[in-house]
Amino acid sequence: MHAYMPYVLAIALFAVGLYAVAVKKNLIKIIIGVIIMHHATNLFLVLVGYRAPEAGEAMAPVAPSAAQGAGVEFAARSVDPLPQAMVLTSIVIGVSLVALMVVMALRLHEKYGTFDLEDIRDLRG
Amino acid sequence: MPLLVVIPLAGAFLVPVFGLLDVEWACHTLGVVVMAASLLLASHLLGNTGVNVTWVGGYAGEIDPESLTGVAMVSDGLSRLMLLIINGIGLTAVLYSISYMQRYTQVELYYSPLLFMVAGMNAIVLSGDLFNIYVFLEVAAIASYALVGFGVQSEELEASFKYLVLSAIASGFILLGVAMVYKETGTLNLAQIAGVVREAGLSRTLWLALGFFMGGFGLKAAMVPFHAWLPDAHPSAPAPISAMLSGVLIKASGVYVLARLAFNVFAAQAATGALLMGMGAVSMLVGVLLAVQQWDFKRLLAYHSISQMGYVVLALGVGLSALAGGRQTIGHIAVFAGLFHMLNHAVFKSLLFLCSGSAVYATGYRDLKRTRGVGRQMPFTGFCTRIACLSISGVPPFNGFFSKLLITIVTVWAGHWVLGGITVIVSFLTLLSFNKVQDYMLEGEPAGEHSHISESPLPMLTAMGILAFMCFATGLLVPLYRETVLGPASEILVDGINYSSIIMGG
Repeated sequence: MHAYMPYVLAIALFAVGLYAVAVKKNLIKIIIGVIIMHHATNLFLVLVGYRAPEAGEAMAPVAPSAAQGAGVEFAARSVDPLPQAMVLTSIVIGVSLVALMVVMALRLHEKYGTFDLEDIRDLRG
Repeated sequence: MPLLVVIPLAGAFLVPVFGLLDVEWACHTLGVVVMAASLLLASHLLGNTGVNVTWVGGYAGEIDPESLTGVAMVSDGLSRLMLLIINGIGLTAVLYSISYMQRYTQVELYYSPLLFMVAGMNAIVLSGDLFNIYVFLEVAAIASYALVGFGVQSEELEASFKYLVLSAIASGFILLGVAMVYKETGTLNLAQIAGVVREAGLSRTLWLALGFFMGGFGLKAAMVPFHAWLPDAHPSAPAPISAMLSGVLIKASGVYVLARLAFNVFAAQAATGALLMGMGAVSMLVGVLLAVQQWDFKRLLAYHSISQMGYVVLALGVGLSALAGGRQTIGHIAVFAGLFHMLNHAVFKSLLFLCSGSAVYATGYRDLKRTRGVGRQMPFTGFCTRIACLSISGVPPFNGFFSKLLITIVTVWAGHWVLGGITVIVSFLTLLSFNKVQDYMLEGEPAGEHSHISESPLPMLTAMGILAFMCFATGLLVPLYRETVLGPASEILVDGINYSSIIMGG
């Protein structure tokens, strides 16, 4: 169970974000909920990439100096770089999503005069 | 193959440049030219048979044979079918937009997200890599959020925000699923994941990831209980965008990925089949029951989208459970029926949305009670509306009849009597609601305020005419294209887990 605690915490963070989106009525809080969910997913992705190497302690996937044998040590000790690349992409996607959401919320405020979801109920049925 | 993604992307970036120069006709022309080029490329690809693999940047990354790090683009039968649908419907939507978007300002900001959406969808169906699917799913989705809220009135903004938040949650679940699959298999390449599943079966992590995928992509495909965004988003979008969203996006980013994952990657499991059948059946019923009581034409069409996607998913689910039980023939026919109905639905649902746009263009109303007798004043639109309504209700000799009949037959043949009965009931209720549409739009005397309206401009009529012709053609000319288009598509799904050996071997 100890080994899985980081994952459980990431999923718990995701659940917190999901709660905010599902329950809160203020548009801004819903946006913050989506942001929290996105950060939790990114955290989960980075955690997935952790490798505990036998050769020593884990090292970040930053290429070391061009010294002799540094490459071998890098390959033996570094953490998996692919999830970190995925997270970079995901962060960018998240940023554009949040930008769009905030703009929508601002325009909605212009039209309806409120951020309260209960009042923004023109579409029904 | 990468050109199919690059050309729409390049077009999407070029269009605002023309907009800055204040040359509106150039935006329209660029849109049409780009879409026509994509369609030509897609039909050129149709000439290839079998499965073709291209690595992005030529980099296959075979450092470690267990996990390839290159990004693969795979074109197989199913991808080619989807490419035809995406680019074909896209071309008609762009043709239609030439005159429809005269009513909106800032047209360059319209073509740009539209081309992004098409580029994203092309990449989704051509992708052989799980994370690539996610990235281009987001590209297409973000473009569609912007397009849904295009006429920035209060209604469109509210619909777009709802759609945005729900879709963002789905994307979160999908990314979690991708992370879990990566943890379990160590690779993102679809073929290699399939290889791992074939050897080792599905572990608990993979079952959980499969569940997340079903939920996330189920929302993109507008399955009940994830359908809540669609009845608000599709009516609020401008008509050609509604046609693209309903006719293409929910298929390329929802049903296509569901099918690809359920059949090819996670080997055909009985549980997935049962889940798809259940979701499909419930979607069919709920969609059509909620649709019958609608008076807003586009909202009615949006609910029918949910219902018809239920048909497709039901057929795929029947095929999946038949394949899991080892009954190859039934599985093959069920998958064929589902894909056939997907093609037909793209054609007639897009036509319906374009006709509704025509009515809105002329009268300014979407409410059926206000548009009485519009068909009398606009004969060509009325003709196309009637063709589309008869198609979706499943009346021979249009395309809807053949695909719905095939789905009903195969469901009953597979032994699911109740589901087959539900199929028939839903078809009857669809006929009921479209009788209402035809009654109000096409019969009756036009109100006084409508006496001055005339037929829509030529580009809109051309687009509608093309789709109306396709309604006939896809139904009656099935023997012509069954072997080249639909056959390979269903075979690649039925082959299922052997997909991985085809890709890795070649």
